[in-house]
Formats: sequence, structure tokens, C-alpha cells
Amino acid sequence: MATQNTKTLARLMMAPSVLLLLVWMIVPLAMTLWFSFQNYNLLDPSNVSFTGLFNYQFFYTDPAFFQSIWNTLVIVVGVLLITVIGGIAIALLLDQPIFGQGIVRILVISPFFVMPPVAALIWKNMIMHPGYGVLADINKFFGLQPVDWFARYPLFSIVIIVAWQWLPFATLILLTALQSLDGEQKEAAEMDGANFLSRFIYLVLPHLARAITVVILIQTIFLLGVYAEILVTTNGGPGYASTNLAFLIYRTALLGYDVGGASAGGIIAVVLANIVAFFLMRAVGKNLDR
Amino acid sequence: MGSITLQKVSKVFGEAKVIPSIDLEINNGEFVVFVGPSGCGKSTLLRLIAGLEDVSGGHILIDGKDVTDAAPAARGLAMVFQSYALYPHMSVRKNIAFPLKMAKMEQPAIDKKVEAAARVLNLTDYLERRPSQLSGGQRQRVAIGRAIVREPSAFLFDEPLSNLDAALRGTMRLEISDLHHQLKTTMIYVTHDQVEAMTMADKIVVLNRGNIEQVGSPLELYKTPRNLFVAGFIGSPHMNFVTGSYAQSKNAKTAGIRPEHLILSKDSGLWTGTVKVAEHLGADTFLHLDVDGIGQVTARAGGEFGAQYGDRVYLTPDEAKLHRFDDKGLALRA
Repeated sequence: MATQNTKTLARLMMAPSVLLLLVWMIVPLAMTLWFSFQNYNLLDPSNVSFTGLFNYQFFYTDPAFFQSIWNTLVIVVGVLLITVIGGIAIALLLDQPIFGQGIVRILVISPFFVMPPVAALIWKNMIMHPGYGVLADINKFFGLQPVDWFARYPLFSIVIIVAWQWLPFATLILLTALQSLDGEQKEAAEMDGANFLSRFIYLVLPHLARAITVVILIQTIFLLGVYAEILVTTNGGPGYASTNLAFLIYRTALLGYDVGGASAGGIIAVVLANIVAFFLMRAVGKNLDR
Repeated sequence: MGSITLQKVSKVFGEAKVIPSIDLEINNGEFVVFVGPSGCGKSTLLRLIAGLEDVSGGHILIDGKDVTDAAPAARGLAMVFQSYALYPHMSVRKNIAFPLKMAKMEQPAIDKKVEAAARVLNLTDYLERRPSQLSGGQRQRVAIGRAIVREPSAFLFDEPLSNLDAALRGTMRLEISDLHHQLKTTMIYVTHDQVEAMTMADKIVVLNRGNIEQVGSPLELYKTPRNLFVAGFIGSPHMNFVTGSYAQSKNAKTAGIRPEHLILSKDSGLWTGTVKVAEHLGADTFLHLDVDGIGQVTARAGGEFGAQYGDRVYLTPDEAKLHRFDDKGLALRA
């Protein structure tokens, strides 16, 4: 990429795909922005008119609005904490030579291949169900009262389900990073008198910094829009206890038939996502530069 | 103090017996080089001493204390790795300070020791840099610095110069020898390069297939190799081995003569040969010859000895410097 010629050529070759991506992104965004200023309800589709900021006011004054933002953040932070810490722990275990290593690794990674609604259904009906779920059986075995997870701890239950799905992803990325750690460095640290904990803090963790950053960034993108798990299990309830922003938008659009209000919610979600991205890049983005 | 004793040490990896059984005595302050072809077990032996591998049998004693089952850090040894194994996210200062920090030393004492080590190794200007910002030779010095601040009873070097270019290797060779004279600490140095072994060692241990072939000073090994393997391994270019009627006339199965102990002449001599390749190094000329009735022979001539491809030259082995070996490959002494 040294000469002016190659640079120009490279830009020319990239132009079509960049253009396509731009159109792909700009058109839906522009349409959402446009609808967010319209009074557009599917129950009365002939009566579409400009309403200014009314949709934003409507969405903002929704009693579920602030709770849904809070829930969104709880899901993102909760799942990130569980997957990063749990992912490091499992990756450390999987890095040890054990019998049947290949099969164990496949088993650990398999939750990632289960589709979110299917996973949520299984958790709802076979694991957390107060009547015939596995957890209820365990409670009964110890003579305890079964817990109605989705009624008592709706948000926590969703965090658990989503974390279960993303744990393999985090584990996989962290395991590959762990395996790329130079064996002689570990031995040098051992000779230098570092015990397991010191080796982990001073050698393994800094080595994993970049991989952890990648896990956090990628997962945040997907976790901001968690939706299927909520729809299948709690349907946002009880009350608004497990409604996040994505689910609130769905509710406004498809249950309220309010395209304008949902679009305004979508724009708010975009702004919120960008705020999160901004702070996230400031917090962990520097790890990617090394 | 740093005397190390190996008693019947053996190492088995699954089916493979890497080291059958080794007895070795390393005295305090010695510079010992383990040398041998790749796969001879020299690195494994070093790692056994370091404690990075468990022995399959036998005992390792450091200063008379049995450390066979001791953890690597508890043995009081420091190791310099082939890849240097510096911690990439730490500055040079933190790298060198790491073993002291692990030993829970006070920060002022650490600073003093790190700066002293940096002065010895000419690293003072680079203390705040990361390893990735250093050249190969500087990284090597950081690795040595990390070893010397611990004031170990012995240093272990695992092929430390193999990643450096030829010129730098020469310089570092001198620096390590110099360091040994300054510190007077036991050093064990593993290499496959017999030039490094010859130039640096007080004592060379020649290893082959996990067995010690011979232990001795560089000149001892050069003058009185115990068997064919040592004779062929030590010395550059390699010793010429002659079998057949000439060897029989000397009452040996094999006769060995070093390239520098062949007297070359253009008019007369015992053997006649054709020059295949002439390597003119300036001071010396190495001739690769096809000698009639004997085969390939390498000979060293003075730089002025003009010989070209295809020339016929005469050679006479210096009988006083001849090595004789029996049918088991062991040296015969007169």
C-alpha cells in the first residue's frame, strides 16, 4: 500500500461495497426517523400526518420507559459479568490436558448452536418451571418449596438464560487466547517464583485483555437487543419487570399497532446504544490498539 | 554457592527413554556447557535441573541439598530461555523487577537492584520501554538481567543465542563470558553449536542420545576425544575418519586426523587428492578433497596455499596428532 496508485485503486475497489453498506444502513435509519415524526397507526392507516415530537413525548412518558432502559443495562452488565468471569474460569479448565478433551470442548460449546427461542423454551419448561422443572425437583428433593423463577425473579432468570447462551462464545474466544500464551513465559514466571495466582494476575490476565475486550464489544452489540428470550418466557412481565428497550419497542409497534411511537423508540434505542458504545470504547477500546 | 550433583538421573516420556541414566558433578563457579546434536536430551537435562520437568528416577542435589522434588522457584536457580520469555506487557524495569516482586522485596530495594543490573547490562536508557521496542540483543540482555537480580546459586541458559544473527552472537558470547568472570557464579549453558561450547566453557559435557559421551575441558576434548562421536563433534571443520588399510597399518579400525593436522604439499606426500572445493577464508583455506583410495577428506591449508578446483595436491597426516579408534569406536591410547 505504498504508492498513490495502489491507494487510489484500493479505494475504487472498495467503493461499491462501502456504498452498498451505506445505503443498507442509511435507508432504514432514514425511514425510521421519518416515521418517528408521523402520526401513523396501523389501526387507522389512512390517517397519517406529521406530529412533530409527539411520538417521542409519548414513548418517553410511557410508564415502562425508564424501567426498560434500566432493565436493558442490567441484562447487558449482568450477562457480561457472568460470561467473562465464567468464560475465563472454564477456559482455564479446558486448557488443562484431560481425558476426552475434544468431546468436553464440543459439549461446552454446544449451547451456542441452540436458537434463542428454543433455548428459552427449554429453560422455561424443563428447568425453571415451578411444577416440573429440574430446579423445582431439586428443591423438592431437599424438602424446599419450588421457586417460581419467572414470577419471582423475572429479570434474573432472563440474565441466566442469556448468559448460558453466550458463555460458550466467551469461553471459545478466551480459550484460543489462552492457548496462544507462550509456554516459556509461564515457565519463566514459575522460575521467578510466581505462584498460580500471581501468574494469573501478572501474566494470563494481561495476555487475555484483548480477547476480553473483543468479547465485551461483540456481546454488548447483541445484548442491547435481547428480545426472543423475553418474548418466550416472561413476555416482559410481571408488569414491566423484565421489559427491556427492544421489547418495549416491539410492544408499541405490534401490540399497540403504533408505527410512529415504535419508530421514536427505535431512534431512542439507537441513541442509547451509541452512548453505551462511546463509554465502552473509552473504557476498553485501548486494549485493541496494542 | 552453586554446586550441582546429578545422581542416576533419568527421564522417560511415555515410551521414549530420553535420558537413560546420568551422573554428573558440577562445581561451584564453573561454566559448564551441555553440547550435542538436536534431540540428544541436553535441553531436557537442563529442564530437569531447573525443575520444569519431573525426573523419572535419580536425585538432583544443589549445594548438597536434595531438591529432586522441590518447586522450580525453591531451587534458587535462574534461567534464560531461548525465546527470552520476557513478559510482553511489562516495561523492561518491571520485567527485571518481577522475580524480586514475587519474593515480596521492598520497593526501594527492588529499584536499587534493578538499576544496578541495568548498569551492568547497558540497559539504563531502555528501562521504560516494552520488550517489543527492543532489538534481539537488548531483549537477550533483559532476560539475563531478570536472571541476575535474583542472585541465584546458578544460571541456566537454554540456547540463548540461537535467535541472534552471527555478529551479535559473537558479541553476546563475549558478554556472557565476561559476566561469568564478574559474577563467578555457576553457569550451565545448553547449545548445539560446538563453537560456543569451545569458546565459553570451563567444562564441556558432550551428550548423545541421552548419554554423556565425555566430560572435560575444551582442549581435553579436542586433544583426547574418548570415542568417535566426540572426535567427530568437537572441532571445526570435522575430523576426517579413515578406515581400511591405512587404519590397519596403525593397528586401528578407524584412524582420525583433523583437517589442521594434514600437511599439504604440491610436490610430494603420502596421499594424493583432487581438490573438489576450495574455501578461501583469508587466513585459512579449507580444501575439500577427493583422496585416491581413501575418499572425502577436508584439509586446512594456509591462506597463501593457492589451490583451485581440479588441482592435484599431496597430503601427509601428522602421525603425532593421529587419533586411533577400535571397532567399538573407542579411542586407543598409545
